[in-house]
Formats: sequence, C-alpha cells, structure tokens
Amino acid sequence: MRNKFDIELEDLNLDLIRMGARAEQTITKVVKVIENCDEAGAREIIEDDDLVDAMARQIESRSMKLIMKQQPVAKDLRIISTALKMITDIERICDQASDISEITLSVCKEITIPRPQHISKMGRTTAQMVHMAVDSYVHRDMGLAEEVIGMDNEVDRLYDVVKTELLDMAIEDREKIDQIVDFLMIAKYLERIGDHAENIAEWAVFSETGVHKDRRIL
Amino acid sequence: MDIKISTKNLNLYYGQNHALKDVNIEIEAGKITALIGPSGCGKSTYLKTLNRMNDLVEGVKITGEILLEGENIYDPKVDVTILRKKVGMVFQKPNPFPMSIYDNIAYGPRVHGIKNRSDLDEIVENSLKGAALWEEVRDRLKKSALGLSGGQQQRLCIARAIAVSPEVILMDEPTSALDPISTTKIEDLMSELKKKYTVVIVTHNMQQAVRISDRTAFFLLGEMVEFGKTEDLFSMPKDKRTEDYITGRFG
Repeated sequence: MRNKFDIELEDLNLDLIRMGARAEQTITKVVKVIENCDEAGAREIIEDDDLVDAMARQIESRSMKLIMKQQPVAKDLRIISTALKMITDIERICDQASDISEITLSVCKEITIPRPQHISKMGRTTAQMVHMAVDSYVHRDMGLAEEVIGMDNEVDRLYDVVKTELLDMAIEDREKIDQIVDFLMIAKYLERIGDHAENIAEWAVFSETGVHKDRRIL
Repeated sequence: MDIKISTKNLNLYYGQNHALKDVNIEIEAGKITALIGPSGCGKSTYLKTLNRMNDLVEGVKITGEILLEGENIYDPKVDVTILRKKVGMVFQKPNPFPMSIYDNIAYGPRVHGIKNRSDLDEIVENSLKGAALWEEVRDRLKKSALGLSGGQQQRLCIARAIAVSPEVILMDEPTSALDPISTTKIEDLMSELKKKYTVVIVTHNMQQAVRISDRTAFFLLGEMVEFGKTEDLFSMPKDKRTEDYITGRFG
C-alpha cells in the first residue's frame, strides 16, 4: 500500500512534469515566433507567463510543506530539492521566451534587415535541449541528460556565429542598429535558455545520483 | 581511524531466539555512533553487549568477540565492574537515585574508593559542568535529585555516568521521554561529550541520528544491514532495506 507521503511526492513530480511540458510548448512556440514573426503566438507566450509563475509557486509551496511535514532524507530529499531547483530554470526559460516574444512584437513591425542565418538553428537547438532535458528527468534517462549537457557548447557556438553576423551588419549599416541589437538580444536569450536546459539536465542527474556537476552534494 | 570498540562475528541468543546475527562493527574513538532500526531489530541488545548488561538476562548465549581497545570484554578474566566503569550507560528514562543531587554523582566515585571530600566535591562539580547542569543546580546540591525536571534528571544521569571517568558512554534512547527543549540540550551536550568520550546511542528519531552522529548502523531482524558515515547513509544508502526504513517505507 502506498503511503500518503508517496502520493504527495508523486503529485509533486506530476506538477513538475506539467511545468516542464509547459516550458517545452513555450520554447517550441517561441521558435515559430522568431521564424515567422508570429504575433499571435508571441502574445500567447507573454500572457501564459503568469500561469508558469503560478505553477512555480505551487511547486514551491508543496515542496516546502513536504519538507516541514516529512523531514525527508535520501531519495525523497533529492526529489524535493530537485523540484525546488528545477522550477527556477523552467521559470526562467518561460520568462526569456516571453522577453523574446516582446522584442519580436516590436521588431517584426518594421523589420528591414535580413534575419540572421543561424538564429533559427539556434532556436531549434535550444528547443531540442529543453525537450530532451525535461525528458531526461521524466524518464530518469541519465544518458539523455548528459547529451543535453554536451549540446550547450553547440548553442554557445551558434550564438557567436549569430553575434558576428549581426556585428558585420552593424558595421555596414549603423542606421539599423536598433534592429540589430534586438536580434542580438533574442540570440542572447536563446543562449541563456540553452544554459537553463543544461541546468535542468544537471538536476535530473542529481535527482538520481546525488551528484551535481561531478560533485556529490547529497 | 582510531577504533575504540571492535565487534567481530557477534551472535547473541535469548534461548532459541537468535537476536544478533554475525554482527561486525568498528566503533570509532571520539565519535558518536548511532544505532537505528525498528523495534525488536537488536539495536538495544547490541548496545547492551558493549558493557555486558545482557549477562544479567537468563538463558543468554553470546559468541564472537567484542574488543575494547584490543581486549575481549567477554574474556572470563575481565572484571565486569571495571568494564562498566569504562563503559557507562544512560537509559531511556532518567533514573536518578532517591538521594541528593550531590550523592547521585558521588555514588560511583565512592563505590570505586574515592572518599576524600574535596576530591568528591571536585568530581561532582566537573561532572555537572560536563553535563551542562552545574549552573542550574549549584545552589541546591543537597536537595533531592527527584525534584529536578525530566531533562535535568537525564543530564544528571549523564553527569553520574561521566563521574567515574568512563571511556565510552552508551545511551539508550536518552531523549525519547524528553520535551524538545530538553532534547536540544542533551543533543548539544553530546557534541561536547564526544570530545572526551566515545558515544554510542540508540535512537528511534532519524533526525536526531542525522543531527548528532558521525556514523550510523542500521539493524533489522538481528542483522546489521548497513554501517557507514551518517551523511552517506542518510543521503545515499547502499541497501534498499536501509532506504526503505529511513524514508519511512518499511514494512
């Protein structure tokens, strides 16, 4: 028979998976926003950001109450502390997707520069990282988590490529500096989303092993 | 690692009941070792073997060895009174003698031949200080120990244990009958005690084991299932039975 604590832990886990799934949907949507100037999609992302924040608060509250009531140890403590750490990264991913959406809404109206060639690839790679990171947690797949951690270098590389491309444009045409800076910010947000996906994967590893970034912390 | 007590292939039978099965534990000097496990798992039985309290139980049979600094305490030549002076014990319920606070502490030293008043005064004061009780009772040493609160009585029992200068202090659920404030005082005291003594404690309170002990042994059905650093045992236990017990999923 499962005890009450098991049921509460499973509820917490489901909340976390739901929040992760929300981040996956958001990042998929934001790639379309960047690629197609999808204004409706951008508005949805901005509106849904409050929902994600509410999910994070709900998980925080559940986690803290479980710590108070159950004084968890071993795997239980890892599950709860993983939830508390992971929601910060998931929340940031959605915040940054919302920031990208806001920039896109303003830049889309009067876009006169070519969209940076690699920004789409950057978006798709970070979206893939977020999917894989959430999956690695849901399926306790350490191999997948390690793969995500490795992918961050590729996103960093793409960011440098996009940045060079945009700087070249800026040298050629200083008049369009506003649009160039907007795209640079979008690229930077994508690069940060990649970092958060990496963090999620690292916490997924911790949840199973107690090891975070090659160091045993519990 | 400085080993104070080494337990080798210890088996204990109460008649037909095989209460301890091939237990092997090395208790480190100057550390707190916690023994945990469900009721009837053998942890208190094991604790009592460390100063031969089980000798008093009828029909008990013990095989294997317990070495206190290399000397087998079950050797027929061992004087049990001297052993119990070296290995003192504090019980679950405070059990002060129905006499004054002073006489409670002086009782052991007197039994061991100390008669000089100023020597006894010094022992009483140091023992009460060592048990963090001196400030609370210094003005009422001649009053009955039975007038103390439960927490004070338990610290008195600790003072009584340390009055005979033991090397090891065994504690059998020493805070289970105390309120949280008295429990905190005893726990704080324990971290002081380990500077001078080796402490072995039986506790049902998991969080207490985590808070105060350096090493933890988990017992189940007379078997010592897992023994290791407390931090490791409570974060990444090796045996599934340990994980099930410490996370409350046992049974």
